[in-house]
Amino acid sequence: MNAIEAAFAEGPAFVPYLAAGDPDYDASLEYVEALARGGADVIELGLPFSEPVAEGPTIQAAVNRSLDAGMTPERFFAFVEELDVDVPLVCMTYYNLIYRYGDDDAERPRAFVERAAAAGIEGFVVPDLPAEEADPLREACDEFDCDLVFIVAPTTQGERLDRIMSRVSGYVYVQARLGVTGAKADVSAQTGQSLDRLAEWEVPKAVGFGIASGEQAGEVVAAGADGVIVGSALVDIVAEGYEAGEDAATVAERLEAKARELKDGAVAGAQRTPRPERT
Amino acid sequence: MPAIEELTDAYERYVLDNEDGFMDEFRDRLRDFGGRPTPLQHAERLSERYDTEVYLKREDLLHGGAHKLNNALGQVLLAKYMGKERIVAETGAGQHGTATAMAAAHLDMPCEVYMGETDINRQRPNVFRMRLNGADVTPVTAGRGTLKEAINETMRDWATTVENTHYVLGSVVGPHPFPAMVRDFQAVISEEARRQVRGQAGRLPDSVLACAGGGSNTMGAFAEFVSDDGVDLHAVEAGGSSLAVDEERGVAPNSASLSTGEEGVLHGARTRLLQDDDGQILESHSVSAGLDYAGVGPELAHLVDSGRVRATNVDDDAALAAFHRLSSTEGIIPALESAHALAHLHEAHDDLGDTVVVNVSGRGDKDLETVIEETDRREIDEAPEMDVFTEGLR
Repeated sequence: MNAIEAAFAEGPAFVPYLAAGDPDYDASLEYVEALARGGADVIELGLPFSEPVAEGPTIQAAVNRSLDAGMTPERFFAFVEELDVDVPLVCMTYYNLIYRYGDDDAERPRAFVERAAAAGIEGFVVPDLPAEEADPLREACDEFDCDLVFIVAPTTQGERLDRIMSRVSGYVYVQARLGVTGAKADVSAQTGQSLDRLAEWEVPKAVGFGIASGEQAGEVVAAGADGVIVGSALVDIVAEGYEAGEDAATVAERLEAKARELKDGAVAGAQRTPRPERT
Repeated sequence: MPAIEELTDAYERYVLDNEDGFMDEFRDRLRDFGGRPTPLQHAERLSERYDTEVYLKREDLLHGGAHKLNNALGQVLLAKYMGKERIVAETGAGQHGTATAMAAAHLDMPCEVYMGETDINRQRPNVFRMRLNGADVTPVTAGRGTLKEAINETMRDWATTVENTHYVLGSVVGPHPFPAMVRDFQAVISEEARRQVRGQAGRLPDSVLACAGGGSNTMGAFAEFVSDDGVDLHAVEAGGSSLAVDEERGVAPNSASLSTGEEGVLHGARTRLLQDDDGQILESHSVSAGLDYAGVGPELAHLVDSGRVRATNVDDDAALAAFHRLSSTEGIIPALESAHALAHLHEAHDDLGDTVVVNVSGRGDKDLETVIEETDRREIDEAPEMDVFTEGLR
């Protein structure tokens, strides 16, 4: 069992997201470590791309702060190597950065995966890479024992769902509602239906898009999710701290508390609805 | 992305197989609402000047003043056949947004157009026209506020509303089936031009010239000539102010992705892109808002790679000079986009053969403010004095 599978096997997984390097390299290191202290089971680290088409305004702004502060793929790998956390790390980025990495055209996209795996990345989420075009990346992930996570929208079904699910590993990212990332006051009713549609597949189901509170995390887990993914609600804390000019330690404390709230919420949700043992 | 599967299915049934008479209705509406066929005009003064028979495909005479209506009308009609209830579109220069707003009003569909703030400021007449046709124009402030950002934002809207909304993409870019579908709607340009030039010149042309931003008028003007091996196809890009990348600002002061870009993946297509060494997409530039995009259609990139289409570029000054040249010698005020193709005719006419077709993709009314300001601060050959106009603007 690899580290990501193990993280999900131990109960409902809390999977936070932050854009690496937001608002700057050093503060971001502290923030990611705070999430781990707060109970993160897997951490999604955003490697910023100039055209974040799947993101709402909150994460778009985070991506821009990070890019403005000088984030590049090489700095990202250094960042991962410097992080002092004991949870599996997933790189969330867009395909062009993976596709363009390395000097040798023939080595793409293998070169990126090789370098990322060496730095300590154990999985990838690439929102603009359709499953139909993902075989080269899937092969590279297999070679370096990394997972490849795909996003399933509420409207994904039929043959397309089969195609995605035949290529996914680690966990499947279940989009709670249509659209782009962003914290929302309510968690969509579409979540339950999406989880039902995925029930026959063994891979863990992590629900994301719009989860902002421990209570919502609990609802999602009670509805059958194996984990919750939370991005914008955490990035909001980074943004507020940055705009108020607060020091990194203060912001990190708030992130740790928020992480704990979300993790505790997820655990409480699992207790409300007894889950079958995962083998 | 079942939206893409749904659209692919609709494209194959209605466009390729003419199910329910879709293509017949499209052609009828292009004729009656759009004003097709557009003329292929023999340009007498230019022909004399260059000692070459120059024919102008007058897409500027299409309803709305640009070739954009061919695609917009096709897609809005397709959305109607698919049972969609709302239209979203992005626009750069505003010509595609205008064409979409017109088509949506014509076919009674609500329409929202995303447009970068920079472009809103430099293309105000088109913003007015869209609003007059009942469309909502939503400003996009991200990045430099041009076409690339407008596409991002429209994709985000579509991802949220896909169940009842169709995204009328404005060029031969984006995920399949958009590049093929937009080409098919635009292919009417070369279908007519091929027939017309045979009728008027008694032969096929030696060269066809079209400007290339995303590449919709380019693919439209080339499509029916691709299998004619004796016809040279020239895609003319915006060389902007320089072909070199400004490394410090992370900006390409041009939009010449065929000439200077490298292979990459953006907006659902693998194609040539203006990008840095890491794969971050660069901001592009052209004096013509309609060419200001960091990518280009994947099929056009392929035709260039395979040697069938020759990619070339002209700079902002040459395009401005060509704008004035056509205006004063032929009485046609071309779009700044089209002026790039005309500038290449001027620079390369000795090498283009005896008979040349130039696609005048649109008319230049929308560009008048830009042309007056830009001409006033440069030295442009064949341009009249501009200070009399700029006084009025200040």
